[in-house]
Amino acid sequence: MSGNDGGRFDRIAPDSTQQTDPHRPHRAAICAWWADRFGVPDSVWRGHSFWEKGKGKLWVFAGEVADPTPVEALGMRFMRVRQEHWKPSTNAVQRFGHHATRNVIRLSTAETRRFVAGESIDRPAWEGDWGYLIAATPVAGRTVPLGVGLYLHGELRSTVPRGRQRSL
Amino acid sequence: MELVDRYAPVTDDPDAFRAACARPLPTTVRVNGLKAATTAATEALSAADVGATPSAWSPMVLRLDTNAAGGTLPYYLGWIHGQEEVSCLPAHVLAPQPGETVVDLAAAPGGKATHLADLMEDTGTIIANDVNLGRLSALRHNTERLGVTNLIVTHQDGRHFSLKPLGGDRPVDRVLVDAPCSCEGTLRKSPHIVDGWDPDGYRGLQPVQIDLLSRAVELTRPGGVVVYATCTFAPEENEAVVDAVLRSHACSVDPITLPAGFEGSPGLDQYDAMRFDESLRETVRIYPHQNDTGGFYLARLRVDG
Repeated sequence: MSGNDGGRFDRIAPDSTQQTDPHRPHRAAICAWWADRFGVPDSVWRGHSFWEKGKGKLWVFAGEVADPTPVEALGMRFMRVRQEHWKPSTNAVQRFGHHATRNVIRLSTAETRRFVAGESIDRPAWEGDWGYLIAATPVAGRTVPLGVGLYLHGELRSTVPRGRQRSL
Repeated sequence: MELVDRYAPVTDDPDAFRAACARPLPTTVRVNGLKAATTAATEALSAADVGATPSAWSPMVLRLDTNAAGGTLPYYLGWIHGQEEVSCLPAHVLAPQPGETVVDLAAAPGGKATHLADLMEDTGTIIANDVNLGRLSALRHNTERLGVTNLIVTHQDGRHFSLKPLGGDRPVDRVLVDAPCSCEGTLRKSPHIVDGWDPDGYRGLQPVQIDLLSRAVELTRPGGVVVYATCTFAPEENEAVVDAVLRSHACSVDPITLPAGFEGSPGLDQYDAMRFDESLRETVRIYPHQNDTGGFYLARLRVDG
């Protein structure tokens, strides 16, 4: 099996030595990206396999399947690769983002409302990286990941998909 | 004959049944334990000016003082899922264990399948199937919003469902059949159920229900468990379906123990001219007045070795 077929789930290879498609990232690189960018430890992914379906759409799956060919969905879409800047999904960040220790931008209540509605937020002062950040807000006494924001030129753009946006 | 008139005499308290059927249904949500504990969900709802009270039988089922919880932060976060209180019972009664393989034959839009994932702590494998392609997108959306990662979505006719296309047969520990039905038990939230009631509405449904439950039993490993659930009162869609499958397949009724604080009535062993196996009394009917919910039916079957 080589190359990428957008209509099929292909298992992500564990490392570069077992890669069949040179443009598809391997598991070690994906884990390293989450660790480097957000400080999410490798152990978080221990019980999960990674899959690609569609160009650059990666899925995270905790169950077992021998042949996923006829399957409509396999766990959760968790990130987008095969582009210059990899992007985690809103749902992945809500599920795994509490393990993050860096590039987490904390929003006020008013900012949270704008973010969840899909609007941009002015943030001239931000010490962390540019690019995709985890937006988080205080809920019930803890900091809870809301989704992914794209930070550029003093502005955090909400990437919450239209179907997940809410008017709080 | 009206819908309520047909079933009132069968219940333990006909007057209370009639009165409850005329009242609107309370709004309830299920707390998604994969993302939040009840205390956190209740606190977050309170911050959104929504009052939430745990149900008498489960801390994970909250009754709300509004029907507009969809616009709150805990909903956005996938901490809660709008789910009728009785619809939280099938997963409890199936009682899947972490690490098991479980099939939900008619899973969309996914309230019960995601509840199974919660009880399994997002481990093992859930195969959530539905024949209706349009409803699969709702199933996928709910699965992802609730943070479930142990679930496969398949699109097959549940009556002929097979695991072979997924790389061969494997032992299935439990199967849920939340069957398509005439939905009489949803009359408190859907008045058209009463107005448009057709006493013969079961005729097109019963063969499908029998085929789905038969397939569920065939899929399940010896010693495994099948739960059959409907949101309807009609014995033709409940006891008659289970009775038919008991006769044709090697399985038996496993008595249901409802959670403490939840009331139910025994299944029927006869209705009009119909006679059912006496073990059908170990299945459960839930009437709206018993717990201030919709109507429901549950049977738990053990597959023989």
